[in-house]
Amino acid sequence: MTALLEIRGLKAEIDGRQILNGLDLTVNKGEIHAIMGPNGAGKSTLSYVLSGKPGYEITGGEVFFNGEDLLAMGPDERAAKGLFLAFQYPLEIPGVATLTFLRTALNAQRKKRGEEELSSPDVLKRVRELAKQLSIDPEMLKRPLNVGFSGGEKKRNETLQMALLEPKLCVLDETDSGLDIDALRIVADGVNRLRAADRGMIVITHYQRLLDYIVPDVVHVLSAGRIVKTGGKELALELEATGYAQYQSEAA
Amino acid sequence: MNAEIRPVKTAAEIGLADLFAAARSDLPGGSSTEAVRSDAFDRFAAQGLPHSRVEAWKYTDLRRLVRDAKPLASRPDAAAKSAAGGAGAVFAGLDVRRLMIVDGAFVPELSDLAALEAGVAIRATVEALGAEEMPLPFGMAGTDPVAALNTALAGDGVVITVAADVVVERPIHLVFVTTSAAPAAMFTRSRLELGSRASLTLVETHEGPDRSDYQVNAALQVDVGDKASLDHIKITGEGAAALHVATLEASVGAGANYREFGFTTGGAVVRNQLFLRIAGQGTVANVHQASLLSGRQHVDTTLVIDHAAAGSQSREVFKAVVDDEARAVFQGRITVQPGAQQTDARMMARALLLSDEAVANCKPELEIFADDVQCGHGTTTGALDDQLKFYLMARGIPEKEAEALLIQAFVGEVIDAVVRDDLREALSQTMFAWLKGRE
Repeated sequence: MTALLEIRGLKAEIDGRQILNGLDLTVNKGEIHAIMGPNGAGKSTLSYVLSGKPGYEITGGEVFFNGEDLLAMGPDERAAKGLFLAFQYPLEIPGVATLTFLRTALNAQRKKRGEEELSSPDVLKRVRELAKQLSIDPEMLKRPLNVGFSGGEKKRNETLQMALLEPKLCVLDETDSGLDIDALRIVADGVNRLRAADRGMIVITHYQRLLDYIVPDVVHVLSAGRIVKTGGKELALELEATGYAQYQSEAA
Repeated sequence: MNAEIRPVKTAAEIGLADLFAAARSDLPGGSSTEAVRSDAFDRFAAQGLPHSRVEAWKYTDLRRLVRDAKPLASRPDAAAKSAAGGAGAVFAGLDVRRLMIVDGAFVPELSDLAALEAGVAIRATVEALGAEEMPLPFGMAGTDPVAALNTALAGDGVVITVAADVVVERPIHLVFVTTSAAPAAMFTRSRLELGSRASLTLVETHEGPDRSDYQVNAALQVDVGDKASLDHIKITGEGAAALHVATLEASVGAGANYREFGFTTGGAVVRNQLFLRIAGQGTVANVHQASLLSGRQHVDTTLVIDHAAAGSQSREVFKAVVDDEARAVFQGRITVQPGAQQTDARMMARALLLSDEAVANCKPELEIFADDVQCGHGTTTGALDDQLKFYLMARGIPEKEAEALLIQAFVGEVIDAVVRDDLREALSQTMFAWLKGRE
């Protein structure tokens, strides 16, 4: 069986600084992988390199997404193929109504996949249902994307986008940052609803807390740009108790 | 004034002098108008075409940009009239009263003059000048050489008067269209008098063939009465090689509401100069302008706003999207007269550069002679935000579409200032068409 995501020996740098240092990771359909690690380990870089953010130079390794060369694709193409990055800091875009953005994104992906574009009322109907599940005020959908949204609202909005776009692989970058416990629960419930046999997830987090709500199948420790330890969900608890110090010294 | 010694005249200046000498006896108006024209031409001739050492024309050197004078357009024949039929399509399908100005001449038989609202009068400028019932001189714009040239050579246009208390529901659309393939010059002068408490939406579109380097010098004088309400929307969509210089001079009375909106996509060299005097207290004036430029277009928007009365508010927002090697110029000057206390005036100019060769020049100025006012201005110039673009692309939106969405958002703020839904929608469509052209 082809892995959903296969990363082999990935090396990447930005501004001449090497961040990823021969990273290997395989994610199969239906699996949730947590990636934990100290600040500066390369967690966010991994998420950006996977989603194709400009500015990163790939200096080695390969990435296959459903058997296809992911690194050869542009960010929009990756998204259309089913890769979704939930941003740690979702951006504010004044002048673009949230609903317009959602419709444009959904239809752009459908178009690229050769599927029929959905009418505005159809999109609205879907978005409304999802908004309700995520306790998002429908009025918010008329507002410019993320402008004036609280931290919690932004993360719920990311989750809404993810649910609407139905990606094959979700990469959640520090989704718990800036969330209080209630907001965290709403977002986690939204993510858990997306757990499916044909969908994989990579949950990037610094803290174990998020993993109480989104329970992973596999936990990896990332340090100095490489996976240095892999275990079950109990590894997260262990890290919470011992901290990252041992991995940092190991890497150094 | 420091008189400048200008021994060498350019070919265009010599051409304009010849043009005036040949045309002056045929221009509309009686003897007093003739004297006004003659004075105006002398004023123009003393200054010549404005160039970069003239502060008000710093970025738009007409001496360099205008190579020659074109012959005056002849009055439209049957072929021209039939060619003009499809003009003003931006607002096609909307319930507006179309008034056609073809090759610089008002054409009543192509215009919708039926069932005029009571208190509304429309006639040709030639007619008003012929009856010596239309003053030609400018006030605030009086010293500007291009405005002087318009006064000297003004041929035709439209004169609209709306009596006091008349609320005109149906917008009036002035459709300016150039039809002739042979390059010609058109000098139009129009006038709007809006009585006290009257209300009107006036729309102007300017267009012409892409392959002709025709020249338009258009002027509009507006008098907005006390407590009147005017929405003026101008779309400059001239042909790709055209020169378009336009002067808008408006005087706004007390307690009035004046909304000025400009949208420029066409023309090789465009100068839209606005002279706005707030003559009465408690008036609200908004000026919004958007320019979408590509190729080697040069578009200059220059605004002079004079707060001559207390307690008025003005807001100016200018946005330019500049692609390729185009240049956007914005100059804005807010003057607050000594007596104009409690003036609240704010000006913002923002340019979005889409290529490395695109240029924006912004020059905001404040001249404040009163001590109890709130005035401010700001300018920004920048490229599309790569972070925002990545965010959109990471959601599957292709690069060009992501850029279009961001440009749309940038311009949208200005378009949102248009009050009427139907006109705003038509302007949005014009913007979409421009964005489509980039793909």
